[in-house]
Amino acid sequence: MNEQWLGLITGILFGALLQQGRVLRFEKQVGAMLLKDMTILKFMLSAIIVGMIGINLLASLGLVALKIKATQLGAILAGGILFGAGWSLAGYCPGTSIGAVAEGRWHAVWAILGMLAGAALFAETYPFLKGSLLAWGNFRTITLPGVLGISPWAVIPLLTVVYILIFVWFEKKGM
Amino acid sequence: MARRIVWRPYIAGALLGVVATISVLVTTQILDKPQYLGASTTFVRAAGMIERLIVPNHVAQNPYFTKEKVIVDWQFMLLIGVFVGACLASLADRSFKAESTPPIWRERFGSRVAVRAVGAFFGGILAMFGARMADGCPSGHGLSGLMQLSVSGFLALALFFATGVLLAHLIYRGKEVRHE
Repeated sequence: MNEQWLGLITGILFGALLQQGRVLRFEKQVGAMLLKDMTILKFMLSAIIVGMIGINLLASLGLVALKIKATQLGAILAGGILFGAGWSLAGYCPGTSIGAVAEGRWHAVWAILGMLAGAALFAETYPFLKGSLLAWGNFRTITLPGVLGISPWAVIPLLTVVYILIFVWFEKKGM
Repeated sequence: MARRIVWRPYIAGALLGVVATISVLVTTQILDKPQYLGASTTFVRAAGMIERLIVPNHVAQNPYFTKEKVIVDWQFMLLIGVFVGACLASLADRSFKAESTPPIWRERFGSRVAVRAVGAFFGGILAMFGARMADGCPSGHGLSGLMQLSVSGFLALALFFATGVLLAHLIYRGKEVRHE
């Protein structure tokens, strides 16, 4: 039961922070895609800077293991494009759709129903896609420092600076 | 032109980074398997649970449901938590608001619920089919992927966003967005 309790507690914090960051709203999601309101990217990149430093520190100390998803070009290219198209129309990604309903934006229910249908549809097509499109261009679990052949601690400060410069640019443009 | 910086997304985001880090450490120590933030696999499990009520044998024989396992796991409870946390936080600061159609959508397509329902449903199908194909969504690939410097994360997030930007400009055709 520990696993479920830990998930629930972490989720409550995740949901409260998504809500307080104001990223659960359709106008923030579509606003970012219209390049007018970058709230969701400010939120994501802030989380990424802190998490990147924290998780890599724990990993370097040998306290945790990383869990990297495989870089499968065919799957990521096709899936990424389909996701982006659906995201612009639905106005929510999977996590934010749940939180949006919770803060009263009940129209996100239609997106959730669509996502459940999409998951069921994928389960039906998986046997056909598995050996073809999904298997194409599999570079396995690679990381940026791994590919460059350098320490993650050479990449992390550089990315932190890049992300902060992106923030400065957003604020300058009033996005 | 000095604009007032809205710190809210930066602070909430940074705190999420702390939560994500602590969560990986705690799940490693207590469960002996690190849990990283993610969301879309839960939709597979939920779809499997619903289908199982009608066609149990079909779900048992499907290779994808077998691979992802139709169970209530850490991530499933994470999403239930997201619902609880977002609800409590919005009630606490009174930002909870019942809304039948989103503002930007209304300006472009009107306030008919059926039109929004069809658009969101179809969009949801595409988004989830794509997320499962890419093996992750903006949480799993975006947050967790970039935190771990995974090449798949950078590629997926860039594609999600680039396609989203392109399509949103086509769909909403430069309608003015009101700032907070």
